Amino acid sequence: MSATPQTRDTGRATSGGLGDLLLQILLVGNSFVMLFPILVMGLWGFKSTGEIFGKPFALPNFSNLTNFVTVLTQTNFFGYLLNSILITGGSILAILTLGTMAAYGLARYRFAGSVAIYLFFLAGLMVPLKLAIIPLFIQMRDLNLLDTRLGLVVIYTAMGLPSTVFIMTGFLRTLPKELEDAARIDGASDARIMWSVMLPLARPAMVIAAIHNAVPVWNDFFFPLIFVQTDSRKTLPQGLTAFMGEYTTNWGVLFAGLTLSALPITIVYILLSKQFIQGMTSGAVK
Amino acid sequence: MADLEWPVGRRIWVATLIVPPLAFMTAFVVMPILSAFVYAFYHWEGLKRVDFVGLKNFTDVLLHEPWAPVTWRAFSHNVMVFVVLMLIQNGVGFLLAYALSRQLPGHRFHRVAVFLPVILSSVIVALVWKQFLHPVFGLFNKVLSLAGFGTFTTPWLGLSETALWALTLVNAWHWVGFPTLVFLAGIQRIPPDIIEAGRIDGVNEWQLVSKIIWPLVAPSATVTFILLFIGAFNWFELPYLMAGVEGSPYGSTDVLGLYFYRTAFGNQSSGAQDFGHGSALAVMMFLFVAVISAIWTVRLRRREIEIA
Repeated sequence: MSATPQTRDTGRATSGGLGDLLLQILLVGNSFVMLFPILVMGLWGFKSTGEIFGKPFALPNFSNLTNFVTVLTQTNFFGYLLNSILITGGSILAILTLGTMAAYGLARYRFAGSVAIYLFFLAGLMVPLKLAIIPLFIQMRDLNLLDTRLGLVVIYTAMGLPSTVFIMTGFLRTLPKELEDAARIDGASDARIMWSVMLPLARPAMVIAAIHNAVPVWNDFFFPLIFVQTDSRKTLPQGLTAFMGEYTTNWGVLFAGLTLSALPITIVYILLSKQFIQGMTSGAVK
Repeated sequence: MADLEWPVGRRIWVATLIVPPLAFMTAFVVMPILSAFVYAFYHWEGLKRVDFVGLKNFTDVLLHEPWAPVTWRAFSHNVMVFVVLMLIQNGVGFLLAYALSRQLPGHRFHRVAVFLPVILSSVIVALVWKQFLHPVFGLFNKVLSLAGFGTFTTPWLGLSETALWALTLVNAWHWVGFPTLVFLAGIQRIPPDIIEAGRIDGVNEWQLVSKIIWPLVAPSATVTFILLFIGAFNWFELPYLMAGVEGSPYGSTDVLGLYFYRTAFGNQSSGAQDFGHGSALAVMMFLFVAVISAIWTVRLRRREIEIA
C-alpha cells in the first residue's frame, strides 16, 4: 500500500512549508537527544578520567586504547560475554523448538481442545513472570538449578513460549493447505511435510520470533540478579554492575566497559534494523 | 474435522508436537503463578513455609505498620511515573510517529535512531545516565552550563524533589522509540484516500491529526497504553540500578518493584527474607495490573474504529 505513488503524493502534498519544517526540526532534535549520549559514552571510553572531567567535549585520542585493554584483560568481560551468548543461544533454541512445535500442531491440525490450548498459551502473554519470582526461586532450588546457567535458560524459555506460539501460529495458519495436500499425495508423512515443506517457508516468522525473544533475554538483568551469584556464571548486564562497583572512580574504564557491552547488539541492530523493529514490535503491531 | 477419524500415527504425531511445550508452560509459568497465590497465605521462615495465616500478609501490607506506609508511598510513585510517562513517552511517541509518517528527508535515519536506545539493556542505560547525571562531572549539568542554563544545574539524583523525575525522564529516553514505531505502523495502515479526502475537504493539519489520524490509530494507542501501564507498575531495573534498593534519596524513588524485591530478597545476606509478605505484594501487584488492564483494554477497544 505504501509503495504506490499515490500514497507518496498524499503523504507530502499539502502543507509543505512551515508545518513540515517544524516536524523536521522535531525529528532532528530528537535524533540528537537519542544519539548524543550514546556517542559520548563511546568517546569517553577513549579518555582518561582526568580528560573526561576536564575536557568532556573534546575529541579523544582514538589511539589510546588503555581503558578497553583494562576492561578486556583485568575484568571477566569475555566470561560474561560467553555466558550471555550461551544463555541467549540456548534459550532461543529451546523457545523456537518448543514454540514452533506447539504452533504447528495448533495451526495445521484442528482437534477437540485446540482452541482452548491456544488460549492457554496466549494467557501467558498477560502474565509478567517477574511477579512469580518467589515460587520460581523455590522451584529452581528444588531442581538444583539455582546459580546455574541452565536455570536461566529454563526460565527464559518459559517466558518466551507464549509470544512465540502467538507469532508462529499466526504465520503458519496463512500457509496454503494445497502445499500440504500435494505433499501428502506424493506420500510424504506428517513429520516430513512439517520439516521439509512447511518449516522452510516459516523461516521469516522464526527470525521475527527469535529477535522478539533474544533482545529481552540478552538484555535481562532481573533474573540473573535473583538466581546467579557465582561470578563465573554471570551474564554481561549483570557482570557490568559487578565491575562498575569495582571501578567507581575510574570513569574512563567505566565508559569503555559500557561501550564494549553495548557494541555487540548495536552492531547487529544497525545491520538488521528492519528485522529488529519488526521483531520487537510484533504482537503490538498487527 | 473430528480427530477420531485420524489414524493412530497422526494422533501420536500431534500429541508429540503439543504435549512437551504444554507441559513446559504448565510447569514453569502456570504452576509458579498459582503457587504465588498459595504462598501469600503462609507465614515463612526463610525458605520454609511454616503456618497458614489467612489474609494476614495482605492486611499487613495494606493496613499495618511498618508495611502499609511504604506500600502506599511506593504505589503513589508508580502512579506518578505512569501519568508522566503517558505524556512524555506515549505522547512524544505519537508526535514523532506523525513526523516520521510525513516521509521527510532522512526519515529512515531518524526511525533507526529513535529505536536505538530501545535495544540497549536497562543496565547500560541506567549506568550511563547515572554517570551523566553526576552533580559535578556529569554530562547533563555540563551541557546545561554550556547552553547558558548554569543556574539550573543540580544534583538531580541526589535531591528528593528531582530524583524520581530524573529516573522517569531516563526511562522515556530509553523507551520512546517503542510507542513511536507502534504508532507509525498504525498511521501507515490508514488508507491514504481517507487522509486525502480530509485534505480535499480543507481541514487543517491540526484537525487532520486530532480528528482523523488520532481516532484511526486507536488500536496502536490501546497497545501502547496497556504496555506502559504494565511496565510502570512493574518498574524495577532503572530505580534499582540508579537509586539503589532503598529508593534513595530518602525513599523518594521507592516503587512497588523495589519494595517487593527488598521484602522478598533484599536481606538475603542477613537471612531475613520474608517470602510471605513478598508474595502478598506480588499477588496484589499482579491482580491490580491484571484487573485494571483488562477493564481498560475493553474500554479502549470500544473506541477503535474498524477501517473497511
